Amino acid sequence: MISRKKKERIIEGVLAFCGFTTILTTVGIIWVLLSESLSFFSDVSLFDFLTDKEWTPLFTQKHYGILPLLSGTFLTTFIAVVTAVPIGITIAIYLSEYAPKSFRRNVKPALELLAAVPTVVYGFFALTVVTPFLQTIIPGLGSFNALSAGLVMGIMIIPLVSSLSEDALFALPKSLREASYGMGATRFQTAFRVAVPAASSGIVVSVILAVARALGETMVVAIAAGQQPVLTLDPRDSVETITAYIVQVSLGDVQHGSVEYRTIFAAGMTLFVFTFALNQFSYWIKKKYQEKYE
Amino acid sequence: MKIIEAHHVDIFYGTNHVLKDINMDMKENTVTAFIGPSGCGKSTFLRTFNRMNDYIDGFRKEGEILIDGKEIYKKNVRVEELRQEVGMVFQKPNPFPKSIFENVAYGLKIRGEKSKKAIEERVEKSLKQAALWNEVKDILHKPALSLSGGQQQRLCIARTLAVKPSIILMDEPASALDPISTAKIEELIAELKESYTIVIVTHNMHQAARVSDKTAFFYLGELIEYEKTKDLFTNPKNKQTENYITGRFG
Amino acid sequence: MSNLSINRIIDTAFKYAGIFCTFLGLALLALFIGDILIDGFHRIDWDFLTNLPSRRAEKAGILTAWTGTAWILGLTSIIAIPLGVAAGIYLQEYGKKNRLASFVEVNIANLAGVPSILYGLLGLEIFGRVLHLGGSLLAGAFTLSLLILPIIIVATREALKAVPNSLREASYGMGATKWQTIWLQILPAASGGVLTGIILALSRAVGETAPLIVIGALAYVPFVATSPMDEFTVMPMQIFNWVSRPQHEFLVNGAAAIIILLVITFAMNGIAIYLRNKWQKKVNW
Repeated sequence: MISRKKKERIIEGVLAFCGFTTILTTVGIIWVLLSESLSFFSDVSLFDFLTDKEWTPLFTQKHYGILPLLSGTFLTTFIAVVTAVPIGITIAIYLSEYAPKSFRRNVKPALELLAAVPTVVYGFFALTVVTPFLQTIIPGLGSFNALSAGLVMGIMIIPLVSSLSEDALFALPKSLREASYGMGATRFQTAFRVAVPAASSGIVVSVILAVARALGETMVVAIAAGQQPVLTLDPRDSVETITAYIVQVSLGDVQHGSVEYRTIFAAGMTLFVFTFALNQFSYWIKKKYQEKYE
Repeated sequence: MKIIEAHHVDIFYGTNHVLKDINMDMKENTVTAFIGPSGCGKSTFLRTFNRMNDYIDGFRKEGEILIDGKEIYKKNVRVEELRQEVGMVFQKPNPFPKSIFENVAYGLKIRGEKSKKAIEERVEKSLKQAALWNEVKDILHKPALSLSGGQQQRLCIARTLAVKPSIILMDEPASALDPISTAKIEELIAELKESYTIVIVTHNMHQAARVSDKTAFFYLGELIEYEKTKDLFTNPKNKQTENYITGRFG
Repeated sequence: MSNLSINRIIDTAFKYAGIFCTFLGLALLALFIGDILIDGFHRIDWDFLTNLPSRRAEKAGILTAWTGTAWILGLTSIIAIPLGVAAGIYLQEYGKKNRLASFVEVNIANLAGVPSILYGLLGLEIFGRVLHLGGSLLAGAFTLSLLILPIIIVATREALKAVPNSLREASYGMGATKWQTIWLQILPAASGGVLTGIILALSRAVGETAPLIVIGALAYVPFVATSPMDEFTVMPMQIFNWVSRPQHEFLVNGAAAIIILLVITFAMNGIAIYLRNKWQKKVNW
């Protein structure tokens, strides 16, 4: 029979261990990416990696320049964010400042359903619905292109932007709006001159998280954007993103320990650096904002 | 016989000196009331008797607090056992979101009582002592939160009685209740005095005058006056006490 | 025209813009579901659910895919639920407000933002190579568990935070230990919120493809998995495989499989939303 106090200690220890696994996960991710990338950079110079304009590790004529993958990643992300941010923020403002409460209560879960759709399904959507539709507008558009993938990714992240921005707007004290209405302002004026500036940090966080999400999205671009690592900013081109490249290599038969194998870790490391920085930035904004208002 | 004794007690929250050099003792089977304006430290002092302040960051105590002659802040004291000996009723009724029966049985169950019969008997007895039995005997398995506020508070008292404490601490037990419920709680306190020692914090001076044998007046972390209730209210020795009980501040 | 009437026109115009945007998202979802139903619904029959994969589109079925998804769902639940809830309890109820605690908090926020494909790289190296699990169900379940852990932890913490302090005091006041208080009072009171988070997290795991591709889950598995060490495929993998093929017949198969996958994820989300509403109503202590 163990004493009560000892039992409490044991339980706390077990719980603490479970909490500690989150740190182990982070350490694991960084360690895996770093160790394999370091091996990669013993074969390929960092200078070539950052400046070479071609990425052809799977061909006989090998080039290891990350720029084409980065341009593909940024291009699709840019299209997605440009699509999602205006629509998402408009929805957020409408739901928090205009819509009746019951409407808001019913529409929010419906929009969240958009976020619940598996990404592979969005890939199918891009390939079989959006691309054929775009082909009727833009002559000569190929079956795989950055535009279609980017647009669908944008639709996919609308709920992320609208939901987080709406939370930020909704959390504002009622008195703030009443003050503005009391001065004779319209809802539009109140929304854009009072509410949006007051909730700006929350809205900015939603945009940053949307960018990070688009950078790391895999299935939509792997299915609909193609697998052509070319350095381009033309949305009609077929491009390859970092994530799509990792998928391409994973599906193939690459020898463990080869330079080709390590390319996915170097590419993954690059992606991690960007998303990590964006996450840190959004967390920093959130913390700063909390201190200001509490 | 003295059941609670405090010798030179100082309480700090971080650098905040909340109670200053408190000395007092309480006798068995009496009701002691703590009165004083908000923030005077009376609730903090009450909560030291069952160590409910332990969870507050930066809490620190100096001096001695003895219950039954034993220092309760010693390392070898099991705080869980102390709290079964020194029960507590809170300002807002806080029944568990479970059935009426489960609320009263909780203390017995966490102590490891297995016998169903013993638990049932104890629940009935406690509810009777808390003058709630007749109102709830047919709905024992309904949620406790469906009771009225006053009933909920008497349920919380029954819950405390079930583990047979010797002392019951009450932190403004009637402040969230209507006048009729308050009267019932006060009647109950008078009955419970026969078998328990009660310490009650109250904002309501009339309540203190009605229910207590002795009254302690706290002001800005100091014990200003501690006398028989009758004497303190009719003939306060201290000017500040007089100002407070005559309503000049507070 | 006066300033006032211009302002009122702008105000009304924005209102309609808002309604338009809100329904745009929903309309696209409806359009898309309609399109998939037209493409794939006729393809769903008993054979489709019970056939093994095949190189001939009209004979291919999703038996290995949905059984694989069921395996992954089960194994991931076993690993991620206790781990996530326990971690949430520790951070909310035991964690002290010091630098380590805030470091753990930043860390979890970060993990939630790490792209899922990078979890795949982690799983490939740690579970696949170091622990020699290869491309097995177990490797997949471990990888997905780590992926959804932040969601479960955050949901658990939020639910525990919503339990009023008076409940904790009541239990401590009765002489309960910390763990008795958590296990007998706090966790039951928070269970609705915790459960909602768990279901949402699991629905995320069911829809994930990228990390499983990276750890080496196969698109073509001609047998039903019978042990956690078996190789496997899941619904999204099967869909991805079919969608990547040029033949129209495989796209139809993909659409049909998507219908099944959407039924699963929407059902899970529906249950989660229902539980959340029910719990929020109950929360008024």
